[in-house]
Amino acid sequence: MDVVLLSRIQFALTVGFHFLFPPLTIGLAWLLVVIEWRGWRRGDPTWVRMGRFFGKILALTFAVGVATGVVMEFEFGTNWAAYSKFVGDIFGAPLAAEGVLAFFLESGFLGLYLFGRGRISKGAHWFSILMVAIGATISAFWILVANSWQQTPAGYVVQNGRAELTSFSAAVFNPSMLPRFFHTMDAALIAGAFVVAGVAAYLVRRNHEDELARRALSLAIVFGLVTSLVELFPSGHLHARQVAHTQPEKFAAIEGLYSSQSAAPMVLFAYPVTPPPELKAKVEIRGLLSWMAFGSINAPIRGITAFPPENRPPLWLTFVSFHNMVVLGLYFIAAMAWGAWQLHRRRLWESRRYLMLLIFSIPLPLAACQLGWMAAEVGRQPWIVYGLLRTSDAVSKNVPAGDVLFSLVLFGLLYLLLGALYVYLLVREIRHGPPGPEPVPA
Amino acid sequence: MDLNTIWFLLVGVLIAGYAILDGFDLGAGVLHLFTRDERERRVMMNAIGPVWDGNEVWLLTAGGALFAAFPPVYASVFSGFYLAFMLLLVALIFRAISFEFRSKVDSPGWRRCWDVAFGVGSAVPALLYGVAVGNVLRGLDMDASGVTTTLVGLLNPFALLIGLLGVAMFVLHGATYLGLKTDGALQDRMRHWASAAWVAFIALYAVSTVASYAVAPYLFENWFSNPLTWVFFAVLLASCVAGPAAVRASRFGRGFVASAAATLSIIALAAEGMYPRLVPARPDVANSLTIYNASSTPRTLTVMLVIALVGMPLVILYTVLIYRAFRGKTVLTADSY
Ligand code: HDD
Ligand code: HEM
Ligand code: HEM
Repeated sequence: MDVVLLSRIQFALTVGFHFLFPPLTIGLAWLLVVIEWRGWRRGDPTWVRMGRFFGKILALTFAVGVATGVVMEFEFGTNWAAYSKFVGDIFGAPLAAEGVLAFFLESGFLGLYLFGRGRISKGAHWFSILMVAIGATISAFWILVANSWQQTPAGYVVQNGRAELTSFSAAVFNPSMLPRFFHTMDAALIAGAFVVAGVAAYLVRRNHEDELARRALSLAIVFGLVTSLVELFPSGHLHARQVAHTQPEKFAAIEGLYSSQSAAPMVLFAYPVTPPPELKAKVEIRGLLSWMAFGSINAPIRGITAFPPENRPPLWLTFVSFHNMVVLGLYFIAAMAWGAWQLHRRRLWESRRYLMLLIFSIPLPLAACQLGWMAAEVGRQPWIVYGLLRTSDAVSKNVPAGDVLFSLVLFGLLYLLLGALYVYLLVREIRHGPPGPEPVPA
Repeated sequence: MDLNTIWFLLVGVLIAGYAILDGFDLGAGVLHLFTRDERERRVMMNAIGPVWDGNEVWLLTAGGALFAAFPPVYASVFSGFYLAFMLLLVALIFRAISFEFRSKVDSPGWRRCWDVAFGVGSAVPALLYGVAVGNVLRGLDMDASGVTTTLVGLLNPFALLIGLLGVAMFVLHGATYLGLKTDGALQDRMRHWASAAWVAFIALYAVSTVASYAVAPYLFENWFSNPLTWVFFAVLLASCVAGPAAVRASRFGRGFVASAAATLSIIALAAEGMYPRLVPARPDVANSLTIYNASSTPRTLTVMLVIALVGMPLVILYTVLIYRAFRGKTVLTADSY
């Protein structure tokens, strides 16, 4: 097998696995900021115990996030040396900024948050979880700057065989940066809300008098409803518009628009087949796509066949992943809206089926995140830096295929083990439940 | 001083910061392999528990800074050391998760597994860092496509010698730190470890210096022309005298300062020998990467400098505050691992 393919599989595996954890870390950290605030300001032991309980889940998730993130930090150099040389002048800076401005903050204050209880004042303890949440957010910001620059490069000029920086602010605030940052951040908040909701639903089912679980569930449902709505509108909408304007091939691929047309339809359901590219069994609304992307029902949009074959991304995967993400997004809104309605009617604690549904929904936002990244990254192919450098030219030329195969198998096995252990320990921790009511001196 | 030199210094500072800070917890991990009972193991892990991740970030930041300031170096060295790097990453993964995972299940077999993961996950990086430095000092086989050394080629005697020097340095630093955080019988044993490690460190450094002269004589060109050499040497000598004495007297705070100073000065001496080279090439030195032919543009270097000047003082400020919050002997509480 060739080095390019192996390196691509390895990168997809390692970054995909890593990205199971950041959304939970970010989402939980922000929810804990709320929970710990109430514990501190109201001096209410129930909120304090809730903080300790979800704090443990955060700690476990953070540990695996850190362990798998370190791999990513170096993989650009090990596997994508030609890429690193080409983009280093621009791409390295956000990576370094992430270290200086975010990782130190996150990791330092997480230690203080987890082990500082009793050593520092309650206010300082709350401040430390706030710093963890802010650190994680800054970290997401800088890594997404790097990724967005790859998607929609700006603020550079190609000379001396590499991309050289001409404007730092243009490179940072490249066209897809802000849509991507808000979309991914909000996805993380949704993931956090669903974990807290699912875990609390489990506890309510176990004992529906449990005050801690009831409060956690109410909080998570309100939080989850708002964030899920925002993810569709304005966040998802603006993101899709940006793709339509800046990466037309990708837009055609994810939307399943195979021939150019005005009054382009929004495809609700279909099954893509190739060649020639075609959608089977489709359900669509005419004109909606043109209207959403360009503000007019009759706006013409270029289909995938308008682009030279060597510049087209894979069609099946991009279409399927994008549409499933959207379906999941609609499901999240429905699920949380139903919960809010039940809460309003004071029927929530007895809705055992709905509570079961919430438990099984815990992993779904993570699935949506994976699908979203698949759409974004596979949709960028065959470019590693859109329009500038092809993925096939980006790989390390001095690393033999056998070495990459070896590391790929190694990471595959290791991550299988890691994933299994994480789930096992997480389930154990949840079964164990929150700490008892007699408060550990805070 | 030009921007390229400033960045040479800054990357050096990040590497030295890493060696000093993560150095003590890597050393603690190695020593953890030699503990006697569950309580001791827990005390040792909890002594570094709240701070180890922050320490590891120095490595990540050094990597990021290298990428940003000297992309060809990041690209050639990391791809050139491919398999060694993968080994390092696997070790770091096991180490990172062992803290959380170990404490979650109360079964001797489970804990034993994570003890090994933690100990070996610390020992492997401790050795590999030195091996990597040894290879860079010696010069790497390079052609136009990049580094061509194989994994076996990386494990040459000179590199292994530097690897051992690194292990001795980390163990020394770790034992001294643990002396500061423990008491009783464990502290006594740490005193012995630290004393022994000082002897090993001094001996290995002497041998390495001679070996360097044989393998990479160019390293000494700057030594004789630059007065800073004598400053670094003076610091090294002073710490090699004061350090063992402090440890023997159980003054671990001073001992820690001494081993940190020794670490800093040997890194400074090596960096001085390298300057302005970053990766000397073999067999043809013309292929070498230097801070001038392998740097980013002045604009990027300037932007990065601003980020570093804004960010690093803040980092140092809150790092100091966090260490202060955990000062004193390690005690096991309900929150401990
Ligand atoms: C949107 C968010 C996001 C994305 C897209 C990524 N990460 Fe990540 N990363 C985080 C958000 C995050 C985080 C929230 O900051 C983490 C996750 C779990 C954690 O505990 O911290 C983290 C941890 C983490 C660490 C460990 C930090 C430490 O030791 O404290 C490293 C080195 C990286 N990441 C590097 C990367 C790289 C090189 C990525 C891209 C290829 C990447 N991450 C994608
Ligand atoms: C964290 C969530 C992410 C996921 C799940 C993800 C997913 C993927 C996938 C599936 C591929 C393989 C695409 C293919 O080869 O067909 C890929 C490639 C790649 N991604 Fe991402 N990505 C993520 C974030 C990032 C970020 C933040 C960056 C940069 C900072 C990045 C940079 C790259 C690079 C350099 C490649 C390799 C070259 C390529 O195949 O295009 N990715 N990613
Ligand atoms: C509800 C309707 C949604 C719409 C219209 C939408 C829209 C989009 C679009 C257009 C992209 C591709 C951006 C690109 O290719 O560069 C994207 C990517 C992504 N989506 Fe969604 N999305 C929705 C829901 C969700 C949900 C519910 C989640 C997770 C909880 C999610 C997570 C992601 C992630 C992680 C990415 C990849 C990163 C990025 O490019 O922002 N999305 N989304």
